[in-house]
Amino acid sequence: MAEEEVKVFRTWSSPFPLRVIWALKLKGVEFDTVYEDLSNKSPLLLQYNPVHKKVPVLLHNGKPICESLVILEYVDERWKQFPLLPQDPHERAKARFWAKFGDDKVLQTMRMDVLLKQGKEQEEAIVSTIENLKYLEEELKGKKFFGGETIGLVDIALGWLAYHFNVVEEIIGVKLIEQQKFPLLVAWMQEFSNIPTIQDSWPPRDKLFDRYASFRKAALGEHTPK
Amino acid sequence: MANEVILLDFWPSPFGMRVRIALAEKGVKYEYRDEDLRNKSPLLLQMNPIHKKIPVLIHNGRPVCESLVAVQYVDEAWNDKSPLLPSDPYQRAQARFWADFVDKKIYDIGKKTWATKGEELEAAKKEFIDALKLLEVELGNKPYFGGETIGYVDVVLIPFYCWFYAYETCGNFSIEPECPVLIAWAKRCMQKESISESLPDQQKVYEFVLMMRKNLGIE
Repeated sequence: MAEEEVKVFRTWSSPFPLRVIWALKLKGVEFDTVYEDLSNKSPLLLQYNPVHKKVPVLLHNGKPICESLVILEYVDERWKQFPLLPQDPHERAKARFWAKFGDDKVLQTMRMDVLLKQGKEQEEAIVSTIENLKYLEEELKGKKFFGGETIGLVDIALGWLAYHFNVVEEIIGVKLIEQQKFPLLVAWMQEFSNIPTIQDSWPPRDKLFDRYASFRKAALGEHTPK
Repeated sequence: MANEVILLDFWPSPFGMRVRIALAEKGVKYEYRDEDLRNKSPLLLQMNPIHKKIPVLIHNGRPVCESLVAVQYVDEAWNDKSPLLPSDPYQRAQARFWADFVDKKIYDIGKKTWATKGEELEAAKKEFIDALKLLEVELGNKPYFGGETIGYVDVVLIPFYCWFYAYETCGNFSIEPECPVLIAWAKRCMQKESISESLPDQQKVYEFVLMMRKNLGIE
């Protein structure tokens, strides 16, 4: 059997490459990591992702794959152990729907509008995020994980909720995922974080806090109320 | 077992067209229902309560929402003919990447070509052509993005072709001189019944866009 060369281009902080790291670790795939500084992108990154110039990039035997959700499906198809997607087409469609929902409706709003705005714009973003979190809470009914008994694509796509999300909450001084309102989501966050592979991969929290706080400060200029 | 397929759609929607094409490619018999988006049907609201948008594919009572999700579903549920995604995982990843690219770029930037003016319009036109040129490079000298037969990316992109006339007329620019390879690809696609039957007339789309511009108070 040929030697498999698997490399992941990532940053230490971004939740997107973390998804790929989790998937590979859960499947027991050996891989190398290349850390990128996005303010000074390597020639290799620009060569492997010329369209978006972003991380993550998965390099498998010299061939690049870009976009985290695309990479996750590729990894799932190449390495069959610990399947991330179910077999049934309708269940697969649901998983893809929720992964996209998480990215479009929760992640985008949190990292852009909730973290980087203030006043009415931020308030509206918070309201919108809470509304969308309700759908996720609903989806968890009767399930331990979004994937059912074990974690799947949706859990991995939403995994940042269990860590990065709280850092944003702390910076803005507002708790969105309250225990009373979101008991299932809170339980899921704990179960998810308890998985050793997940636990071992989180970025350092204090560094993440500083990073997000600096994003907020930069976005709001000098007039940061907190 | 009865196979009941309903598509909740809106005739000018490029997203809806994707699903129409996929179903046609697979030879699936389905009921097409055109929605009035100002007066959404109870069925639409029930089947897509989160986004309340079309297209929604309803297969034996179960909904599939989001056009890319629905096209992949059609490919997997009717896997006996006309595969839309290739079998090789790397090529599948490339197809998904480019479908995602189309989703990120073509609709939003295309909209700016009919909904904006002045500097914003000029910037949008340039960005639009740049995006199409990247797609041309990806197409290369293949007849279709899917290779010898139409595939996932072809299905995802071709619906916008019937909107090109509206973009060009409103934005006052011409796509073919800049992207001849892509236009040749589009015309090739339109030779296929599954595609030509699924796309409305470009003049009708243009009239629809004029109405939207009026409603938005543009010009």
